[in-house]
Amino acid sequence: MTSRQVFPPLSLRATGLVCGRGGMALTRELTVSVASGHCLLLRGPNGAGKTTLLLTLAGVIPPLAGGFALEAADTELQNLHYCGHRNAIKPRLSVLENLDFWRAVNGGTGEPVEAALDEVGLAALANLDAGYLSAGQTRRLALARLLVSHRPLWLLDEPTAALDIEGHDLVTRLLDRHLDMGGFAIAATHDPITLPDPARMETLVLGARTAGASS
Amino acid sequence: MTAFRAMLIRELHLALRGGGDMLTLVLFFVIVGAIVPFAVGPDRELLARIAPGVVWIAAFLAMLLGLDRLFRPDHEDGSLILLRQAELPLSAVVAAKLIVHWAVSALPLIVASPFVAMLLAMDVATFWRTLLSLLLGTPALAAFGAVGAAVTVSIRRGGLIAPILIAPLSIPVLIFGTGSITATQSGAALLFLAALSLMATALSPFAAALAISSGED
Repeated sequence: MTSRQVFPPLSLRATGLVCGRGGMALTRELTVSVASGHCLLLRGPNGAGKTTLLLTLAGVIPPLAGGFALEAADTELQNLHYCGHRNAIKPRLSVLENLDFWRAVNGGTGEPVEAALDEVGLAALANLDAGYLSAGQTRRLALARLLVSHRPLWLLDEPTAALDIEGHDLVTRLLDRHLDMGGFAIAATHDPITLPDPARMETLVLGARTAGASS
Repeated sequence: MTAFRAMLIRELHLALRGGGDMLTLVLFFVIVGAIVPFAVGPDRELLARIAPGVVWIAAFLAMLLGLDRLFRPDHEDGSLILLRQAELPLSAVVAAKLIVHWAVSALPLIVASPFVAMLLAMDVATFWRTLLSLLLGTPALAAFGAVGAAVTVSIRRGGLIAPILIAPLSIPVLIFGTGSITATQSGAALLFLAALSLMATALSPFAAALAISSGED
């Protein structure tokens, strides 16, 4: 994959960030910094605010206090891609059409659609309506969207949900390659994700009782 | 430009493969036109006099019916969050949606309007003026509708609130729409209608985009 562009150095820094929904704070004051080539894993029980933190970083929910900034970011460009619970896949469009659309609206600079489908193991189903895919296959299609959108920061919310064992390896592989290219990621997950190089991973534990952050 | 075209094609595919949605609007429009003669009695002169108003009311209601489809499916499956982060500006996303929305909800009504005109005993000259006024006025209805749908998209029962928001905005469109068919100065009313449509379609994508991006998910 040497032909692919490499991202410029970039980092996300949050200081005193408090996230919450409906005016209720879910997290303590978070001070986090993630730089190119690193992945921050968010852990914590249900309701600890993992998704809320990701949505806040995605700019969908305003933070209750504090702030965050992408440093050295080209503000003209979109820098992040959010991969959430909901797959944002249209059942009435074919697998190829779904992915083609997202590649085009996300700048058209990502990996070619066929290569991305091949990567996630859906190449044979390209012309099938996405509505016929299983939950795991739909998830794989959502992951393929990460590849066709050329964005340095990945915000992943339970990326391995509904995936089989091989799918877990796929997530790890994609993540590792993304970090190799100078991208970075923040992932909320209950499943353990183990990258080949553990130095690249940091863990942030959310939740009231287990207060232990390593970053 | 390719992104905008991709957006247009996607919306068109979704609308055309959506099954009966389009047909529902057309049927609604024709049925409103069909029940009026039964409700007011078979007085041809009276019917011909109220026909322009009936056509516009039917078109307005039918377009309200299709509004919920504009942003809600994208909101529910998470696409809207991703569209907010797309390279294509959100206002362009809304503009593409608006164009396709007009093409699949207003255009079929205009195509079906000869049936309604026939049921309401409209004469041919009035029918042509009706056709022209619908063609010029429905973009404004669609544009105001898009703003209403965008404001209410994150509200659970937003589909009920949007018509209340839109109704006051749509009243001028109805006034000039029917005015351009019946009034003595129909030419001026037609120009006003065109101006309303131009202004609404030019500004509404920005207003709707602002409403979507400031709304919490």
